[in-house]
Amino acid sequence: MASLDPRIQRAEPELWQIPDTALAPLDHWTTYEVFLQKTRGSHAQHVGSLHAPDPEMALVLAKEQYTRRSPCVSLWVVPTACILKTTTEEEGMFHPAVDKTYREPQGYLNTRERLEKYRHRIPPSS
Amino acid sequence: MYGNLVVRPEDIENWGKKVEQEDPEKLAEFEARIQRGEKIEPWDWMPFEYRRQLIRMIEQHAHSEIIGALPEGTWITRAPNFRRKLALMAKVQDEVGHAQLLYSAAETLGKTREQMINDLLSGKSKYSNIFNYPAKTWADTAIIAWLVDAGAIINQTTNSRGSYGPYVRALERICWEESFHLKYGYDSVVYLATGTPQQRAMLQDALNRWWRPIMHFFGPPDTQSVHTEKLVRWKVKLATNDEMRQQFLDMYVPKIWELGLTIPDPNLRKNPETGKWEYSDPDWDEFWRVINGDGPCNKERLAVRRFAEEKGRWVREALRSPQAQYVTPLA
Repeated sequence: MASLDPRIQRAEPELWQIPDTALAPLDHWTTYEVFLQKTRGSHAQHVGSLHAPDPEMALVLAKEQYTRRSPCVSLWVVPTACILKTTTEEEGMFHPAVDKTYREPQGYLNTRERLEKYRHRIPPSS
Repeated sequence: MYGNLVVRPEDIENWGKKVEQEDPEKLAEFEARIQRGEKIEPWDWMPFEYRRQLIRMIEQHAHSEIIGALPEGTWITRAPNFRRKLALMAKVQDEVGHAQLLYSAAETLGKTREQMINDLLSGKSKYSNIFNYPAKTWADTAIIAWLVDAGAIINQTTNSRGSYGPYVRALERICWEESFHLKYGYDSVVYLATGTPQQRAMLQDALNRWWRPIMHFFGPPDTQSVHTEKLVRWKVKLATNDEMRQQFLDMYVPKIWELGLTIPDPNLRKNPETGKWEYSDPDWDEFWRVINGDGPCNKERLAVRRFAEEKGRWVREALRSPQAQYVTPLA
């Protein structure tokens, strides 16, 4: 059927004769990761990725894609290729296999108890 | 990770394998992770079949967003007032943005954006069938923004409980934006429903024309769908087509009736005994005919898409850095 869209009618699609060429690799550029700091004082967080030809355009597109509805105070973009990350296999190293309570506040819960015991053993001086 | 790879090197040993051929130990670990409610991330091992199904599903979803912007976009220049025009532009921009988010999520699985667009333009990849129907009047945009987006929200909220991290994150963002579309659509519908007799008639006409495509929206009935037990276990598919259709009818039929509109199906009713909606067969032959290319707008949709890619090519080329190398998005 003929288009109901006046813009398309005016463009006369039957005359377009678009060549049926496939998009070549990198036609849509390369990828960037986007980080967003929601409020002053908060950490910037990864919110997603996008395609862009260079960092400046990546920032323009990130603003359009990730901040058009909710405000933020700063926006970062990083070429995906610049990110080095750990693998699934390395995930295990983040789970302590040995008791590490010596480096956690929970490792020091009976300090007060010790002090209380000590205080009650010794009568207060008169 | 560098170069124009379809699949990353670590995935190649995985490529083309049937589930039975996968490493049983890795497969068990993968399934246990999903069982525990953990998400799968792009750098994790995953069975080929999981990767393939997710690419297919997310890619189709992305194409649907970008093609779905076309029937509504038609009406931007003819919106009835400036506020409606701004709202419609915002909605259409959101839809195109959703496509970008989804293409990125699919890319993390190893298919490049260019390959996905090529498959869309060649007709190899599908998109939601509903967008092959025309938006004849302004009331059509109201029905689309309310009821088609309502269907999309049910579908997307369901999928957002899935197992693949990048898809889930994209969907959460999308659902959040869709809630504006739904409110905007409902407001547009109510405005026409409470307007002049001509406005009401225009709205009823739009509902008459869109009801069947809306019934097709969740896909063929479960009796016609292929066995998906594995996809359910992997949390790729979280509800059957019929379950989602029932949920939609439950939520929206009363709202449509409340407006005094007539749903063009005399057999539509909720069976008080089963608690299920019953309806006339929405002509599944038409569904298959349209999805296979013979719908009222299939040709125009792809022609407009091809036009945009082709006419924008010189801009993309002019901006492209000669040092650019393709890297799969991280997450």
